Amino acid sequence: MSDAVLRVKDLQTQFQSRAGALKAVNGVSFEVGRGRILGLVGESGSGKSVTGYSILGLIEPPGRIAGGEVLLNGKDLTRLKGEAIRQVRGAQIAMVFQDPMMTLNPVLKIGTQMIAAVRAHDRVSRKAARARARDALAKVGIPSPEERLDAYPHQLSGGMRQRVAIAIALLHSPAVIIADEPTTALDVSIQGQILAEVRRLADETGTAFVWITHDLAVVSSLADDICVMYAGKVVESGPAAEVIASPRHPYTAGLLASVPAEHEPGTKLPQVPGSTPALANLPPGCAFAPRCAKAGPACTTTPPVQTFEDGRTALCHYPIEPVSCQPHSLTSNTYRSAS
Amino acid sequence: MIGFLIQRVLQALMVVIAMSIIVFLGVYAIGNPIDVMIDPASDQALREALIRRYGLDLPLYEQYFVFMSNMLHGDLGESFIYRLPVLNLIWSRFPATLELALTAMLIATCLGIPLGLWAGYKPESLSAKAIMAFSVLGFSVPSFWVGLLLIMAFAVELGWLPSGGRGPTTHVLGMNLSITSLEGWSYIILPAFNLALFKLGLLIRLTRAGTAEVMSSDYVRFARAQGLSESKVVGLHVLKNISIPIVTVFGLELGSTLAFAVVTETVFNWPGMGKLIIDSITVLDRPVMVAYLILVVFLFVMINLVVDLVYGQLDPRIRVKAAS
Repeated sequence: MSDAVLRVKDLQTQFQSRAGALKAVNGVSFEVGRGRILGLVGESGSGKSVTGYSILGLIEPPGRIAGGEVLLNGKDLTRLKGEAIRQVRGAQIAMVFQDPMMTLNPVLKIGTQMIAAVRAHDRVSRKAARARARDALAKVGIPSPEERLDAYPHQLSGGMRQRVAIAIALLHSPAVIIADEPTTALDVSIQGQILAEVRRLADETGTAFVWITHDLAVVSSLADDICVMYAGKVVESGPAAEVIASPRHPYTAGLLASVPAEHEPGTKLPQVPGSTPALANLPPGCAFAPRCAKAGPACTTTPPVQTFEDGRTALCHYPIEPVSCQPHSLTSNTYRSAS
Repeated sequence: MIGFLIQRVLQALMVVIAMSIIVFLGVYAIGNPIDVMIDPASDQALREALIRRYGLDLPLYEQYFVFMSNMLHGDLGESFIYRLPVLNLIWSRFPATLELALTAMLIATCLGIPLGLWAGYKPESLSAKAIMAFSVLGFSVPSFWVGLLLIMAFAVELGWLPSGGRGPTTHVLGMNLSITSLEGWSYIILPAFNLALFKLGLLIRLTRAGTAEVMSSDYVRFARAQGLSESKVVGLHVLKNISIPIVTVFGLELGSTLAFAVVTETVFNWPGMGKLIIDSITVLDRPVMVAYLILVVFLFVMINLVVDLVYGQLDPRIRVKAAS
C-alpha cells in the first residue's frame, strides 16, 4: 500500500512514573490508505487510545512520544510543535471520542462549538461558518440541522451527539479521522446507523479512518484492515476478513473465540484467561505468553514479526497455522463497500 | 422563566419575614434600651413616660406588628442616639461602604480570576505555586493586621497614600462618592485592597480548582483535537464552565463585604455602615440595629436572587430544571 495517507512507524509513547517509564505504546506501526478504514483492536489498557492521542500530539505530561514517526502525507507530525501542530489538528487530521455525553461542552450551543471549530482554521465570517456547520450536520444525517445549531448538547440523544462530533471532525474535510471507540456508548441500532454512515463517508469523501475499538463485531463489519494491539504492541495485522476468518496470533484467536455471536448457546463462553499485564511489570519476551495456551520455551524471548501472504503479520514464535478460508459468521453483517 | 422568578421572589419574602422575627426577638432579648438612654438618677415618672413613648409597654407581638407596619410604610424608626430617622442615618453611610465594597470586589475579581486561571492552566509551574502560596496567605492572615501593615508601609514609611479617612467626595446619582476623583482613589485604594485580600485568595483557589478540572475534561481535549488555539480553549470552554461557582462566591462575598466590612472600616477610619452598627450595638441603639440587620438580610436575598438568575443564563441545564 504505497498510497498511504497516514503512516505510523515504530511509535513509542511513554508515561513517566515512579516505577520508571511506562511504555503505553511500544513500537506500533501501521498505515491507512485513502478512503480506507483501519480497525485498531485491543482490550482496555492495550495502548490503542494512547496511540490515537499520540498521532494528534495530544499526549500531556507526564506522557511523551519517545520515538517513531507519524507521517501524514509524508510530513512527520511528531516533530511539529505549538502552532504548527495546531494547524494540522482538526484541519488535516481529526478525532472523535468515545463518550458523546462528555465530548461536547454542556454549556455551549452546538452552533457556538461548531463555529469555533470552523474558525480555528479558516478566517470566515460567523455567518459563513454557521452555514458550513449546518451543511456538516446535514451531511451526517441530522434532521433539521438549522435548529440543532441552537440546541445545547443535553437536548440531543447520545446518537445525535456522536453524529455532531463526527460532523465537527468532518468540517475541514481532513485526510484522516481517528475515532476512539465512538460507538461504544451507543445502543446497537444507533451504532449500526453510524457505522453505515462512516462507511459511506469513507467511500464518498476518501477520508481515511482509524477506528479504535475493543469490539471485534464492529471491526469485522466495518474495517478494511485490522491491527490487534496487546500491551502496547501490534500483535497481528492484515486484511480484516482474513484476520477474522483465520487468526494467526493466539491472542486474536482467543478474542474471536470469546465473541458471544460465535458461540453455541447454552455452553460456557470461552475467554482469554487472566488479564492485561500491568505496564510497569511486563513479563520478559512475549507479553501475552503467561495467558497463552500455545506458549513454549521460546516465548521468554522477544517474538519476531512473522510475515505471511497478503501482507499479514503476527508477533509470535508459534503462529497458528492458517485454516481453510471459510467466511466467519462475524463478517456476514457487513458495512464494507462492495469493492 | 416568569414562574421561576415569582417562585424565587416568594422564597425571598419568606426569608425576609423569618429573619425580621429572629432579629426582632434577638434584639428584644438584649435588654431595655431606656436604661441606657436616660440618666440613672431620673425618676420613675420620666422613665415610664419614655417607655410608653417608644411603645415598649406593649406586648412583644404588638411591638413586632407596629414595627412591621411602620417598616412597610418606609419608616424604620428613629435612632435613640442621633434622633434621626434610621433610614436616613444608614443611607448617609451606605455610599461609603458601597464604593469600598465594590472596589474591593473589583480588585479581587480582576486579579483573582486571571491568576486562578493561570494556576489551573499550568499547575506544575513555579509561578502557579507562588500564586497558590499567596492565596493561602490571603485568606489566613488576619485582615486587621494586614491593614496595619499596609498603613505602616504606604502611609507612614513611604508616605505615598493617606493613612485613613475618606477624602473628598462628589455628589453623583444622589450619593456622595469619592471614587470620582483621583484624590478620592488615593484614600480608597488601601482599605479596598485590604478588604479584597481575603476574597482574592478565595477566588484564586476557586478558579484554579475549576480550571484544573475543566482542563482535564473530554470536551477540552476534543476542542484541542479540533485545532482550537489555547486562548480559545480557555476563553470559550474553560471560562464559561467555571463561572457558576465563581458567580456564587462572588454574590456571597459581595453581600458579606457590604454588611461586614467593619474591621477594615475601623482600621482605616472609613465612615461606612460597619462603623455605624458597631457604635449602635455599644449604646444599644435598637432601631438602628434592627433596621441594619433587616437591611442586610434584604441585601443578601436580593444578591442571591440575581445570582440565581445569572445561573440560568450560564448553564442551560439549570434553565430546564427551573422551567419544569
